[in-house]
Amino acid sequence: MASNIQVLIPLFVALPLAVSLLIQIVARGRPVMAEWLANATMLALVLMTCYAIGDTGLYHMGGWPTPIGIDMRLDALANLLLLAVSLVGFAVALYSVDYMRRFTARGHFYSLFLLMVTGMNGVILAGDLFNLYVFLEVAAVASYSLVAFGCAHEELEASFRYVVLGSLSSALILVAIALVYGITGTLNMAHMAGRIAETGMDAPLLLAFGLFICGFSFKTALVPFHAWLPDAHPAAPAPVSAMLSGVLIKAIGIYVLARLVFNVFGVSESELGLLRWLGILSMVVGGLLAAGQKDIKRLFAYSSISQVGFMVLGLGLGTPLGLVGALYHLINHSMFKSLLFLNAGAVEYATGTRKLKKLGGLNRALPVTGATSLIGSMSIAGVPPFNGFWSKLIIILACVESGYYGFAAVAVAISIVTLAYQLKVQRLAFFASLPGAMQNLRREPRLMALAMILLATGCIALSFAVLGGLRDPWLIGAAQEVLTAGVFE
Amino acid sequence: MIYSLCLLLILVGLYGVVASRQTVKIVISLVIMQHGVHLLLLLIGYRDGGSPPIVDSTTTLTSFAGLTVDPLPQALVLTSIVIGLGVLALMVALCVRLYDRYGTFDVTEIRRLRG
Repeated sequence: MASNIQVLIPLFVALPLAVSLLIQIVARGRPVMAEWLANATMLALVLMTCYAIGDTGLYHMGGWPTPIGIDMRLDALANLLLLAVSLVGFAVALYSVDYMRRFTARGHFYSLFLLMVTGMNGVILAGDLFNLYVFLEVAAVASYSLVAFGCAHEELEASFRYVVLGSLSSALILVAIALVYGITGTLNMAHMAGRIAETGMDAPLLLAFGLFICGFSFKTALVPFHAWLPDAHPAAPAPVSAMLSGVLIKAIGIYVLARLVFNVFGVSESELGLLRWLGILSMVVGGLLAAGQKDIKRLFAYSSISQVGFMVLGLGLGTPLGLVGALYHLINHSMFKSLLFLNAGAVEYATGTRKLKKLGGLNRALPVTGATSLIGSMSIAGVPPFNGFWSKLIIILACVESGYYGFAAVAVAISIVTLAYQLKVQRLAFFASLPGAMQNLRREPRLMALAMILLATGCIALSFAVLGGLRDPWLIGAAQEVLTAGVFE
Repeated sequence: MIYSLCLLLILVGLYGVVASRQTVKIVISLVIMQHGVHLLLLLIGYRDGGSPPIVDSTTTLTSFAGLTVDPLPQALVLTSIVIGLGVLALMVALCVRLYDRYGTFDVTEIRRLRG
């Protein structure tokens, strides 16, 4: 077993990277071949992830031992994130086959898409900080260009804002890495954790920590740093929006935040307090702004900010139950938010508009989109028995358990706001009557329907994870233990 | 002293990003900021009078660690410069495309997205 895992760990990064270059070489001008290659790669990644579940491993790049070489580390938390990336990535790749027909240069699209997956897998598996930074930039640069993929006015503008803020946050992160390296003399996260545990947090380390929080809050789009997200996510083509909102902000944002706070710097009450307030602020501001949106994708983008707030609040509680809630909500959100973005894409594909006012009665014209979007909406709004209900319940229970009754009340209130804006989408777009101009809509293409059904099934399947008990849902309990185990050995 | 100059360079870049109205000037400011960070990274590995980190037959591990500058930050900066180049190319391409669409480099006029 151990040797198999040793082969698999580097493949998670190498396979998508190799195929993305291969597409550029052999599939130029042959988009169908690029489609096949990308889908096969994502399917392989799903199978590899399923195989690796429950396994842990440490891979030394090039066979160099730890203090000299570069490590890649697979543990239960990495497993969880890999699962989210590969499942959503596979559904998105399927969906893109039909959706991207309207665009030119589809070969480039699949190359960039696989590069983004490479970057995310690399960040998840990286064992040292600089490697993490490099993969983060790979994912980020791929996402900048994917946001601009349509090359229309809005897309270019959104992408430019995204690049500027993204590079700014990357620079902050690099300064923080330089500081931490100067203080601890190592880049390996495990060694770094050991040194920091010895010396404790002093002023320069605190500065580095603050810079990390700022930098990764940008990447996660927590509220004072969220300005780019509502432009960038809706401007991208729908499959890319699904990828960005569904997994990118988690893999290169929340995941790294959690790793740094719990496994590298070690937790203290004041740091957790900061996370809690960031979470609450994002939850409230994102939720209220989402409720006022008229564009369906923009509404979902603001809703992402709000839902990310729930996760960061759970992390900030720092208790095992809070972490379980945060991680459970993370994987749930990756399923239903990417599902909702794919639904929005299907609506735009069929009707040519994203304005809620112009839509209506789409349940009859687009039955699969209507049904799956109902599942997605109910999940994100936290209607029992869907998965979103359980994860929000756990987060709220964790707030009560730690004695933060006020935060619990805010979380309940924002859940109700979520329900309100999701019902608004359902009522305006899918129920009511079909506008006259839209009587002869064609149904969604088969592969797009299949991708949406896949993600909806994922939403429903995840609600059964809770059968393992509220404190230890399937797969998520193990990931939580990685964080509560504290700093790396 | 020299550290604070690095910090100054970073802050100059940051000011440029926040205060400029031209897309190209924003890009230039970002590059200035990046290089401030690179210099900071290099300074962390620097040592006064250190020798270049090259191993030959006469160096032992202790003499290497005692005499040379730290080679690791240099490798990091090299990597980071390459990443920066990629991002720069992308940003410049975006500026050109934006100019094609909007006919201006002025960010206050490139404003279709709101809310």
